[in-house]
Amino acid sequence: MDFAFMRDSFVTLLGGVPLTLNLAFMSVSLGAILAMLLALMRMSGFKVLDWPAQAYVFVFRGTPLLVQIFLIYYGLGQFRPTLQEWGLWTFFREPYWCAVLALTLNTAAYASEIIRGGLQSVPHNQVEAARACGMSGFLLFRRIVFPIAVRQALPAYGSEIILMVKATSLASIITMMEVTGLAAKLISQSFRAVEVFVVAGLIYLILNFIITRIIMAIEWWLSPHLRRPPAIEPRLEAAHV
Amino acid sequence: MSNGVASLSTPLASAEAAAAVSVANLRKSFGNLEVLKGVSLSAREGDVISILGASGSGKSTMLRCINMLEVPDSGEIRIGGETIGLRQSRKGMVPADQRQVDRIRSRVAMVFQSFNLWSHLTILENVIEAPIHVQKRPRHECIAEAMELLNKVGIADKRNQYPSHLSGGQQQRAAIARALAMHPKVMLFDEPTSALDPELVGEVLRVMRSLAEEGRTMLVVTHEMGFARDVSNRVVFLHKGVVEEEGPPAEVFGAPKSERFKQFISSHR
Repeated sequence: MDFAFMRDSFVTLLGGVPLTLNLAFMSVSLGAILAMLLALMRMSGFKVLDWPAQAYVFVFRGTPLLVQIFLIYYGLGQFRPTLQEWGLWTFFREPYWCAVLALTLNTAAYASEIIRGGLQSVPHNQVEAARACGMSGFLLFRRIVFPIAVRQALPAYGSEIILMVKATSLASIITMMEVTGLAAKLISQSFRAVEVFVVAGLIYLILNFIITRIIMAIEWWLSPHLRRPPAIEPRLEAAHV
Repeated sequence: MSNGVASLSTPLASAEAAAAVSVANLRKSFGNLEVLKGVSLSAREGDVISILGASGSGKSTMLRCINMLEVPDSGEIRIGGETIGLRQSRKGMVPADQRQVDRIRSRVAMVFQSFNLWSHLTILENVIEAPIHVQKRPRHECIAEAMELLNKVGIADKRNQYPSHLSGGQQQRAAIARALAMHPKVMLFDEPTSALDPELVGEVLRVMRSLAEEGRTMLVVTHEMGFARDVSNRVVFLHKGVVEEEGPPAEVFGAPKSERFKQFISSHR
């Protein structure tokens, strides 16, 4: 092991971290919006909404992400004239947008199931209490159902985010120079695969360590009701007693 | 089914038009099981009515029909002179106007057997939630009032804790404060002490007794014979979906007409 080389590689590969995070952030946030929509479609009780959502989840969970990336990047290239006609070619021409699209569509399928699980686990009696207070529709969803569902879904969503950070490495296949892309380039120049991939793995490990901590902090912040109560309660002012 | 929408103008309904709550000829089935077989009941302002009955007698279902948590198959429900509109849909009867239901629910507070406090909100936040977001009252006013109510039920020191940190009795008192914060015209209690450890029942009953003494209109489904006898001014005994015995507590407990009610009393000693 050449540690001086590994240090240099580390510095080189760090240059790919912004793109890795960019891809992960874009796809996770866009995917969350799509996932919410899919989860609501599944729970709508209308077959015309439920079935397409189910089919979507089946297709995108059942096929490899790599295949999806290839199909979007190379496959859609065959329809260039049509896409140009629709004004979408500038979008699908860019490997960046193809990667974001593939990652988004993929995470949305998994995340929609996580969100659906969260929504279904909201205790019925708390929803009933809200109804009995005159809440319904969006108000009920916004104030009671969604906040409780988020707390239930967060641990599972945390691991989905980590999976997505790692999945961005597949974007290197379609020329994206994120951490894995830079690593592959460095190996083709130096022929030192072990050192470079160890360093690349280390960078993913550090990124995911930080992300795990952030998710844990959010969980802690959102769930004071699951912690032990504060030992000492402030006494009331005399006026109230 | 036939008289779902049409208002029933029986002599009873028109004579007690001023009633805070009145239900007439309520029927409700779950599948093949008919739980309510034409129940009528009315409460004037300030009435405290205890609703007794064995499990399966339909008493909780009747209470839940009053604020439309269950939609009756037929019959009429009037709250403060306003009839709740129902219409027939493919899945049975549904409220005709959700906004009317929401408006009525915000003035008919309910206290549940298992408290049903919102787990992600503190006790104070539980109390101010609906006044702020349903009744659109100013936040500072709601907080000030919530503090008074929490003081009244004796858990003001728990205001910043979460429901899971409180005992059952404290949670139920918080739920009563949450109900009071809506300035309800009528309060519905669905077996409020049934989920409590015996030593915690007293603290909740004390709060309920003080509410009765303030002259609040209360409908209480309960197994607490002491409460029914001493606090309520009327007792209704349901059996298999019909009102089997009804009257002032002294009368019905002193000289029960119904054989079943006699048995019921003796089994709840």
